[in-house]
Amino acid sequence: MGRTLFQKVWDRHAAGKLPDGSTQLFIGTHLIHEVTSPQAFGMLRDLGLKVAFPKRTFATVDHIVPTDHRVEPFQDTLADAMIKELRKNCADFGITFFDIPSGKQGIVHIVGPEQGITQPGTTIACGDSHTSTHGAFGAVAFGIGTSQVRDVLATQTMALSPLKVRKIEVRGKLGPGVYAKDIILHVIRTLGVNGGTGFAYEYAGPTIEGLSIEERMTICNMSIEGGARVGYVNPDEKTFEYLQGRPYCPKGKDWDAAVSEWKQVASDPDAHYDDVKVFDASEIRPTVTWGINPGQGIFIDEAIPSPDDLPVADRSSAQEALQFMKFKAGQKLAGQKIQVAFFGSCTNARVSDFVEASKFLKGRKVAPGIRAIAVPGSQGVSKICAEMGIDKIFRAAGFDWREAGCSMCLGMNPDQLVGDEICASSSNRNFKGRQGSPTGRTLLMSPVMVAAAAVTGEVSDARKVFAQT
Amino acid sequence: MPARFSPKPEMSLAPIRKITGRAVPVDGDDIDTDRIIPARYMRCVTFDGLGEFLFRDIRQTPEGKSKDHPIDQSKYQGATILVSGMNFGCGSSREHAPQAIVRAGFKAVIAGNFAEIFFGNSTTLGLPCVSAQPKDLQALTRLISQKPETEVEIDLEKLTVQAGPLSFPVTLKPSAQQGLLSGRYDAIADLLAHLPQIRAMAAKIPGPTLPA
Repeated sequence: MGRTLFQKVWDRHAAGKLPDGSTQLFIGTHLIHEVTSPQAFGMLRDLGLKVAFPKRTFATVDHIVPTDHRVEPFQDTLADAMIKELRKNCADFGITFFDIPSGKQGIVHIVGPEQGITQPGTTIACGDSHTSTHGAFGAVAFGIGTSQVRDVLATQTMALSPLKVRKIEVRGKLGPGVYAKDIILHVIRTLGVNGGTGFAYEYAGPTIEGLSIEERMTICNMSIEGGARVGYVNPDEKTFEYLQGRPYCPKGKDWDAAVSEWKQVASDPDAHYDDVKVFDASEIRPTVTWGINPGQGIFIDEAIPSPDDLPVADRSSAQEALQFMKFKAGQKLAGQKIQVAFFGSCTNARVSDFVEASKFLKGRKVAPGIRAIAVPGSQGVSKICAEMGIDKIFRAAGFDWREAGCSMCLGMNPDQLVGDEICASSSNRNFKGRQGSPTGRTLLMSPVMVAAAAVTGEVSDARKVFAQT
Repeated sequence: MPARFSPKPEMSLAPIRKITGRAVPVDGDDIDTDRIIPARYMRCVTFDGLGEFLFRDIRQTPEGKSKDHPIDQSKYQGATILVSGMNFGCGSSREHAPQAIVRAGFKAVIAGNFAEIFFGNSTTLGLPCVSAQPKDLQALTRLISQKPETEVEIDLEKLTVQAGPLSFPVTLKPSAQQGLLSGRYDAIADLLAHLPQIRAMAAKIPGPTLPA
């Protein structure tokens, strides 16, 4: 019987059993940021410990950075203290820090791949639940808490029990105007927000193989929204092509050796899966969430369901969602006025996201009164977009083009919703209060759907809005 | 926070076998970590003071007026056990969430089930998260709202909950149960014990490197 990628990577990195029965797992690469690491460094100091393998940890700053005025000290003194603390910790312990002046700063899950730090067949950990993003390269990547950040800093290992593996097989052709974001929102809606608990999701099948690496990142990114801590795609030629020549990837003969090793890591054709779910991509339409968890989504031409029509287990959450969102069962989201359009986040702020939306934004204007912001995922993304003139297209359309960071995905910086504003957002979570205002309302959708909402001022079917492009 | 123990394997933490105390309901399913501790309160470099902001937006209006959430009702004062619904702790990996729960004085959570990262983070802090059947959760919630003075006992060995006339089974991942009962729920000492083997292993697993 063959093995899955997850099993192969797990077996290679398992260092032994711990007294509680869990596995001590070696973590090849550790990524840190300013929010979940300072306390871990504090614990290290309290315990008198050092960072065991400082060359295996990489830092950047993303959650709290302002995206408009970047002059330090930041106006928010708490945010300013956080970036200074990270600088000090990286200097004290000898850790590479992609700081703002480096030109390589950005959202940690965009910086890792961009720098070639994210590599197939490796284990990756980061104190952030969207670490699953790195699975797009065939890495097994875990979001972890701060005590585990401490564990990885001190030992390059952590205690973990193995996951089951569910294959999410996607077949069929995606319709025009339907994107990777729609696939993953549909998967989460179908399998539920806790359907993936205890599983690693292996995204496979012809549709997934046909996606670009950046699209695969969008899918793996939201594994956690479906309850799966880990999501991955088997590495292939596209993976190697994306990585070749990136700063932290092997070069020359080492590159060839690495690629032949990476090819071995993909799941065997006769691998055993604990579960398999098959999806038909041709049935998926542009998807928008109407509620307060990422599983509460509908196709753009569908109506918001009545709680009575949902499975019993989903009813109370649906009631709560309708009340919070001030929506009615039976209502369609198409035509719903918005106040804010947010284009950014580790889910959808890579070059291809901006390029795709720019095709439609060219020559169009954001509707009057709509606050539209575009936040590149990294300084690298920003630079490439500038070279391609993409930033100019967004600006000409009326988007505020910002500096790199997590921004309004979670509103830890000044980019926040106000009151009960409705935001068309390319991010990953629509939880109550997620975008910085306790009563703010988030509608998750693909970046092109965000662009369509921005130009019409209401939730719209991008396929119709942009039909003449 | 001072170190709780020396990082030597023989110095383990105190075992946690039973949690006894009054309980307070936090109604609803999918109570996510943004609700447990909104991101805007995570602008900090220590976990100190997070308890104050536990469930901030479901307990207070944006202006800071109390919404009279059970946690703030006088009848539930002194409660040390949270009772909630399905998929508790979903969302981000922020340890700030269980840290806020612990720092607000809670010692355990009983819910339908738990999101995986939250569960692991909580266990490491010695905050047991036990899962119960929806009907048992409903009965417990009804009981504590009628008789908030009821002592609730979670037995981590037998995996049962006793509360007044109620008695029902709960589940807990075996490694977490083992860790809590043996006082090894924080893995750092055990991980450090194997550092020499880890160094040997690391030599065979290359990490990302910049060319010289």
